[in-house]
Amino acid sequence: MAAFEPVLTKNVGKPEALTLKGYRQLGGYEGLTKALTMEPDAIIDEVKKSGLRGRGGAGFPAGMKWSFIPKGKDKPKYLVCNADESEPGTFKDRLLMENDPHQLIEGCAICCYAVSANTCYIYIRGEYVKSAVILEQALKEAYEAGILGDSVQGSGFKLNMYIHRGAGAYICGEETGMLESLEGKRGQPRVKPPFPAVVGAFGAPTVINNVETLCNVPHILTHGADWFKSIGTDERNTGPKLYAISGHVDRPGTYEYPIGVTFREMLDGAGGMWRGRQLKAFIPGGASAPILKPDQIDIKMDFDTVAKAGSMLGSAAVIVMDETTCMVRSVARLAKFFNHESCGQCTPCREGTNWMELVLKRLEHGEGTESDAQKLLSICKNIGGQSLCALGDAAIGPVKSLVDRFPEEIEQHVRERACPFPQPRYFENGA
Amino acid sequence: MSVHEPASMQPSGPQIRGGGLSDASRAEIDGLRERYPTSEAILLPALHIAQRQWGGWLPDEAIAAVAAELDLPVAKVYGVVTFYDLFHQSPVGRHRIRVCNNLSCQLRGAEEILEVLHQELGVGEDEVTPDGRCSFVHFECLGSCDTAPMMMVDDDYHESLTPNRVRQILKRLR
Repeated sequence: MAAFEPVLTKNVGKPEALTLKGYRQLGGYEGLTKALTMEPDAIIDEVKKSGLRGRGGAGFPAGMKWSFIPKGKDKPKYLVCNADESEPGTFKDRLLMENDPHQLIEGCAICCYAVSANTCYIYIRGEYVKSAVILEQALKEAYEAGILGDSVQGSGFKLNMYIHRGAGAYICGEETGMLESLEGKRGQPRVKPPFPAVVGAFGAPTVINNVETLCNVPHILTHGADWFKSIGTDERNTGPKLYAISGHVDRPGTYEYPIGVTFREMLDGAGGMWRGRQLKAFIPGGASAPILKPDQIDIKMDFDTVAKAGSMLGSAAVIVMDETTCMVRSVARLAKFFNHESCGQCTPCREGTNWMELVLKRLEHGEGTESDAQKLLSICKNIGGQSLCALGDAAIGPVKSLVDRFPEEIEQHVRERACPFPQPRYFENGA
Repeated sequence: MSVHEPASMQPSGPQIRGGGLSDASRAEIDGLRERYPTSEAILLPALHIAQRQWGGWLPDEAIAAVAAELDLPVAKVYGVVTFYDLFHQSPVGRHRIRVCNNLSCQLRGAEEILEVLHQELGVGEDEVTPDGRCSFVHFECLGSCDTAPMMMVDDDYHESLTPNRVRQILKRLR
């Protein structure tokens, strides 16, 4: 792989980027300045041309999303930035907000100008207090410098940007759940259509984009769509991408690569397997993504290749598991998560996630039966495609892949009437 | 221009009984009104503010006070409070500890961190130590998987934990 200069994380580790002055010295707000000289539609075209796809999980083309917003300036429109990063294994947006808050503000401002939205809410998960404090400080500076407010950089375009803190609910990362939560309600997803581009926040047309997606935008404006397209795998998978790698690797962390880096390169970049152990399994895109086995070690980590392999890139949260890992215990933990986070609105998801957790727990405790694997598949079948939002489908991803790809491990739990893997101890003598 | 310090989860002092929302809380809520086209949308921020005033949890009187302030039915406010994990309907310790034990942290020893908390504090999850100092719970992913195992104490993340580091952190909590 040719040398790659980080784009999104180039200011990470440079404390001066936290201040407006420092961010400007690092080339910041050039994208916004350029955008304000352009027609809004030309900005949307540029983002479309770049091929930028949503970095929050679904991979929907960002420029396309913006183009769905009705034209005209007579009615209110909103941008809601999705900073509710809650997918287990994902921690890249926190890095962007804590280290380079102005990059996000700039991306949001460009998007707002492009779709004529005068209000932007940054919906941050309630636990990210530090991110909220850092962003508040950056917003304050941006207001004082006239980058936000009644006339963005003297252009006459009015823009207010506010932080809105969540209160602990994974489902509020689902875009319509987030809108409900923003409006002061339980975060239960809405029936679609209508889509948020038509009826979004407070009944008005709304763009919802992930933090990382919006952070790409200033760079597209500054360097052009052709530059952006030159990074990545192909026409459908373009640009730089943050990969959050965790679990049994030597140096877990957020790594920036051109989208489509192979899993093997990424693993090497993270120092290889922890304690020199063997790779047993990896999740390529957060808790919702089906688990892959070591035979996929050379997979290109882009949206389409990972989908073809029967999983999904999702938020590119890569969780690595070594040979000592019990897959049943691991998937039982993910099932517990989805059961806890199901909003309770749709019966298949509410009841199904509960049963999945119960069956997996009894398997892990050696109380499973031979029919449990089939039972799990049957529950998956009854959840899949039967709920309003994607949480139901997300919940069955890891479970189905456990039954399909690790059947021998389930059988062993049943046969031996116990978990065959000793409970790992990570700390010697309790120290 | 309206810039607002985010409501911290840190309680502001001893639990206040009676008297509804304080003047400071009401002023903070009023400062948010221009941000949203509906008063209902202030509910989440208002509940964060109220929870801080009431020492980290939301007794019935706090829920009623917020409902009255925003002119919303009490039942609606209850519905919202029960939906979100960061709102509490029973007393919590002066310091609230949240330990992530989702998969990435489980793969790096989160269960042992929970055991240490249980031993050192002498209470179970969701219970408050007799001196009112601490309560702890396991929590879903807190977005710090690269520094697993980790826990959150009030507003702060404590990362790359070991049992001994947990003991040191606990000693500093008053």
